[in-house]
Amino acid sequence: MSLASYAVIGLLLITATIMGTTLLLVGRFVRPSRPTPAKLQPYESGVPDVNPPRARFTPRFYLVALLFVIFDVEAIFLYPWAVAFDALALYGYVQAALFVGLLLVGLLYEWKKGALEWV
Amino acid sequence: MDWEALIVSYLLGFVLLNILLVLMAYMTWFERRLVAFFQDRIGPNRTGPFGLLQPIADGVKLISKEDIVPANADRLIFLVAPLLSFVLAPLGALVVPFGDSITLFGRQINLYVIDINVATLYFLAVGSMGVYGIILGGYASGNRYSLLGALRSTAQVISYELVLGLSLVGIFILTGSLSLVEILRAQQRTLILGGLELPNWFILSQPLAFVLFLIAAVAETNRAPFDLPEAETELIAGYFTEYSGFRFSFYFLAEYINMIVVSLIAATLFLGGIDGPFIDGIWWLVAKAFIFLFFYVWLRATLPRFRYDQLMGLAWKVLLPLALINIGVTGLVRLWGIGAL
Repeated sequence: MSLASYAVIGLLLITATIMGTTLLLVGRFVRPSRPTPAKLQPYESGVPDVNPPRARFTPRFYLVALLFVIFDVEAIFLYPWAVAFDALALYGYVQAALFVGLLLVGLLYEWKKGALEWV
Repeated sequence: MDWEALIVSYLLGFVLLNILLVLMAYMTWFERRLVAFFQDRIGPNRTGPFGLLQPIADGVKLISKEDIVPANADRLIFLVAPLLSFVLAPLGALVVPFGDSITLFGRQINLYVIDINVATLYFLAVGSMGVYGIILGGYASGNRYSLLGALRSTAQVISYELVLGLSLVGIFILTGSLSLVEILRAQQRTLILGGLELPNWFILSQPLAFVLFLIAAVAETNRAPFDLPEAETELIAGYFTEYSGFRFSFYFLAEYINMIVVSLIAATLFLGGIDGPFIDGIWWLVAKAFIFLFFYVWLRATLPRFRYDQLMGLAWKVLLPLALINIGVTGLVRLWGIGAL
């Protein structure tokens, strides 16, 4: 049944895509289309936009992404451990504690270094 | 392969998809009415009895509005991004069990679309894929506010994604399964606590995880007080500033469908889903999900928006360590429970 379940997910994904596209296509026959140069300007509260649209942004976003990768991998390693918890018992618990402990030291280091401060 | 089972679960999924769409439309009505009452207003009450036709009127209006594509937008991505958000939103609900099996036309029909052994992981995966619609839409708009909104949203969603995922590990330790059907079955047993017979709902054995999940779920769906990606006062609607007409509404559809899906999942994970006093059934699940939806609107009407550094600080410095502590303590208690300590 398991593989068939994923087939159902795939089929429903396609169905949802078709539904969404149909909604957009139906609208095409109903809605007006009268573009003017002013209408196609990026929204800037009424003043002309002079800055480049794809501006540079703070590197902290990259830092968050890096942290996320580390901890998401941690989470995904904890899932199988949690499912097999009863079988692994104390041995598994100590192993998981060591693993999480190592990452926690890393988190504490980042915290003290100010990587988690946003200003 | 069992073709009949496949077709039945596909049809169930299709019905569920459509029910979610209708529910979502009425969720907008419900929210507007409720927020209005919170603010001592009346809210939409003119279109039909109690304003019940308002969502349909909104739909008709949105579909007949001009679809503007800004001049310096990345055209293809701009057109596809909202569709991506909308398509991925309802898929999470496929793993929610709506009841035991019933017999219809001489066939046993399970009241869930699919039961996969990684159901919870699948829900988390689909939920976080919705962020692609946001970041692509914000990037492709060619507007600085949109780009900032998209970046904020991504950073927020991935930070709270961690808390969401880690808060559930305690439940997996207790049930030994990621499947929602199994988790539901585990909650249908009774828990005897100090002579009291209580339902074995995980809100009782995992209260901290419940609070963490609730906070992370609100942040994950970009709802107030975590609605920084669309903060009207700073970013003029953030990632969908440049969107108009039906594409604009796709982001809203996605947001409301996400709320409903998260409410269903939360009710199943922590409040025992279809389990309840008297007769178990889908009505208990609906009632519990409704509590969460009410809670969403209540939050929006009550709390002001967070500042961005507070938002990120909360995720990394408070919720993440708490989630890890919860896992550690749950593990210790479980070890003691199975006599391995």
